[in-house]
Amino acid sequence: MYTPQTFASILPEILILTIGILILIFEPFWKEEKRRNAGWLTAGGLFIAMTVSLLFARPGEPTSMLGGMIRFDWLGFFFKMLFMFAGAATALLLMDHERAGKRGEAYLLLLASLLGMNLMAVSSNLVMLYLAIETASIPLYILAGFLLDDERSTEAGFKYLLFGAVSSTIMLYGFSLLFGFSGTTDLHEIAAMFTTGSISPVVGFGVLILLMVGLGFKVSIVPFHFWAPDVYQGAPTPVAGFLSTASKAAGFAVVVRLFFAALPDFAPTWTLVFAALSAITMTVGNLLALPQTNIKRLLAYSSISHAGYALIGVVAFSQLGAASVVFYLAAYIFTNLLAFGIVMAFSRITGLEEITDYAGLSRRNPFMALMMLAAFLSLAGMPPFGGFVAKIFVFAAGVQANYIWLVVVGIINSIIGVYYYLNAMKYVYLYRMPNEDEEQHPVPLTRPYALALVVLVIGVILVGTIFAPWFGWSDSGALILFN
Amino acid sequence: MNFPILSIITFLPFVAGAIILLMPAERKNETRAVALAAATLDLLLSGWVYLQYLTQGLAGYQFLEQYNWLPQLGITLSFGVDGMSAPLVLLTGIVMFTGVLISWGDDDKHVMAGIQDRPREFFAFLFLLAGGVFGVFVSLDLFMLFFFYEIAVFPMYLLIAIWGWVKTREYAAMKLTLYLFIGSVVALVGALAMYWTQYQNTGVLSFDMLRLENAGFSVAFQNIWFLPVFLGFAVLGGIWPFHNWSPDGHVAAPTAVSMFHAGVLMKLGAFAALRVGVMLLPEGAKTWSPLIMGFAAIAVVYGAYIAFVQTDLKYMIGFSSVSHMGLVMLGISTLNQTGLTGAGVQMFSHGVMTALFFAVTGMIYDRAHTRMIPELGGMAKIMPFAAIGFIIGGLVSMGMPLFSGFVAEFPIFMGVWREQWLVAVIASISIVITAAYIMMNIRKVFFSPMPENLEGHVGDITVLDKVAIVTLCLFMIGIGWFPALMVPMVETGVENIMRLLGGA
Repeated sequence: MYTPQTFASILPEILILTIGILILIFEPFWKEEKRRNAGWLTAGGLFIAMTVSLLFARPGEPTSMLGGMIRFDWLGFFFKMLFMFAGAATALLLMDHERAGKRGEAYLLLLASLLGMNLMAVSSNLVMLYLAIETASIPLYILAGFLLDDERSTEAGFKYLLFGAVSSTIMLYGFSLLFGFSGTTDLHEIAAMFTTGSISPVVGFGVLILLMVGLGFKVSIVPFHFWAPDVYQGAPTPVAGFLSTASKAAGFAVVVRLFFAALPDFAPTWTLVFAALSAITMTVGNLLALPQTNIKRLLAYSSISHAGYALIGVVAFSQLGAASVVFYLAAYIFTNLLAFGIVMAFSRITGLEEITDYAGLSRRNPFMALMMLAAFLSLAGMPPFGGFVAKIFVFAAGVQANYIWLVVVGIINSIIGVYYYLNAMKYVYLYRMPNEDEEQHPVPLTRPYALALVVLVIGVILVGTIFAPWFGWSDSGALILFN
Repeated sequence: MNFPILSIITFLPFVAGAIILLMPAERKNETRAVALAAATLDLLLSGWVYLQYLTQGLAGYQFLEQYNWLPQLGITLSFGVDGMSAPLVLLTGIVMFTGVLISWGDDDKHVMAGIQDRPREFFAFLFLLAGGVFGVFVSLDLFMLFFFYEIAVFPMYLLIAIWGWVKTREYAAMKLTLYLFIGSVVALVGALAMYWTQYQNTGVLSFDMLRLENAGFSVAFQNIWFLPVFLGFAVLGGIWPFHNWSPDGHVAAPTAVSMFHAGVLMKLGAFAALRVGVMLLPEGAKTWSPLIMGFAAIAVVYGAYIAFVQTDLKYMIGFSSVSHMGLVMLGISTLNQTGLTGAGVQMFSHGVMTALFFAVTGMIYDRAHTRMIPELGGMAKIMPFAAIGFIIGGLVSMGMPLFSGFVAEFPIFMGVWREQWLVAVIASISIVITAAYIMMNIRKVFFSPMPENLEGHVGDITVLDKVAIVTLCLFMIGIGWFPALMVPMVETGVENIMRLLGGA
């Protein structure tokens, strides 16, 4: 039963756990000022874990592992690599966080959450899925409220916990109904029962709505988005970046697997529901982003709207659609981590988070301004950055599925997006500090930031120009769902 | 052709831009030197391509290159030029070269010419824009065309907003960006519809435009999608009633960016509208050509008339651009051999001419610190070189024989006459108005007595400025005297379009 394949299928998780244990062992012995090295350990360890997994634990044909608990396939593997990359970047960004960077718990919680996300991407059993989601979520509740002496952070943590608990309960109710009607927790067996008609479609639709509440919360689609702006604003910035990228992508990984693999027979129903949600999410996210003055809230609403764009690919319900969602998330993870990384690096020096505070940044640190430009233009969907190609792919999938109205809504929203992203860049490039003495106020980058940001900006450009390999990986993931 | 010259032309500006960004900010002159070197090299390369095409009497798509970029979706990086795009590639090279010269700037003198504030970022963004423009002109793949098209659009925002005219730059830059972005995404939906319909018809996923030409789109499909695609691109070509962003953008932009904007970017719109709209959807073009012709005729006359009443030199040129680009659209809307040839030549001729106009205007503004026509005068005495350049540009603009404007405009009017003589008559009113405002302004700005407040502190232009003016004038006079340098080449491109129009 236990073959080398079994270990390969969970090798990344084993390695993540090892890093966590190493941190637990070493951290107490390090002196206070050296504790931030746990960040190097986390990031370096994740990098090694990614390399090792890529070399030795690549999946072949999709197979069920560990008694059908998980699925070992490309879709899950590609998502895992993305999460681990996001985790490594977040660890680097955490290192010089004033109050969180020197505490080993932060990295440990990050790794624990990462472990959960990795399992979310591969779960093919309801019990496993629920466990994975909770493993990913609970550390994030703590991380969001990590700054105990900061009211906003405490509020963020508590708010995230409450919203998360309620929505996961509703989702659990959906799971229990599914189990009650089918008598099994295996996703593929449930799918087969829907196909043969042993479960009535009415039940299917009801369960669908319940599941959507829980997953909608994770990926922050309207109307389950209310937590996002407050939590992003209050949580430590790197954690907010992690929440808006890896956590959201993990939600999408479950959405894609659950709806494409387990509920394909309800496709006409749920694609319509998702189309409506997508249109509302894009529009509400973008419209509410317009009046924001705080950069983290702006990014929060923008990340809501990006969940809407990615949903277009889910709505398309085709191989291209699934591939475009995965591609979109890859591009989005690079881009948004870059954006949050810059917000973090800037507020570390200045302590400021209003958009107006960014005035004169292009003179204070021209390279940081350029990287911010790359991030924001990518979010706006401009080439040669990842966001452009990603958007075209989801739009192409939408047009192919004849959802032209949805694509038109998406396009109108991209136009709104261009407006507010460029508006923020106006402060960076055009406006100056009150006394026009930017040279006296440099914004230096420490080594972990410089490393993380440069890697991310290269990633954003690579995804946007040499997109064939990325699309190839996304596509081989999507292929599994349609075979 | 195995030597990948078109890729080199296209990617050279990106590489040069990246190198410039990596240079230290204080080394302004080194930055400028690198920029000039790259621009010169690109001009020489594009000139070489043009000459090869001309002297070898080539036709059809040449200098072809193709690399598989994303085979799963049929996206290729395929480049090639034909008789229509080769002059535009050369034009981009010319404007890039002269634009760098004009923006050289001078830190020592009291004149505030050129770009002094952050030249490093300025040239990097300008080159990003130039690379995008080259990419659109040489792309034979619809996806890559969009890719480069968007690259050519967004640096405009930064270039105008950062280095533009303080009073209107934020407004103008945002307006321009939104107009162009809306236009391009509307066209994008049309392009995606074409892509999938092509797939349904032939079973091959491909963005290759040569393939899309033969995709056999139904007439109904073409009639639906022609207008969004054509108008989406034509927004950038300044077509009435979507021209509103253009004069504002021209006025707010710094000199080199105005040159790029009016000289090359507006051609980008017209060219893409022709290449994607007319050539891929010829039946739709036939259906809608009267509407396009109407829009264009209004643009021609209305633009000229508004230009006539402007008191700001840059607004005047901005609206004259609307009028002249209207002529390009008019030529395209005829859908006949003569009109299209005229449109092709007019794109080149107007590009060079308007770049010259904006260059001279920039020189005057940098020294006199005003662009208001009533406040200017006597410039011919101080900057005779600029005056001669402006007059030559004016003659081109009026469509005088022996200048490139005539070579371009005469066929356009002939072509229009063949389709709808009344439109030709109405549009020709613009020639009279243009002649009137050009001559009035030349008299006032260059030959009237100099106002007292300008006396003394307005100096002559620099050597680099003179080089730029001479370069631009050479092309306008050259084409005017020897139409054979360009017209036969454009005709080969037009033949291809006529084949699509006739065969479909």
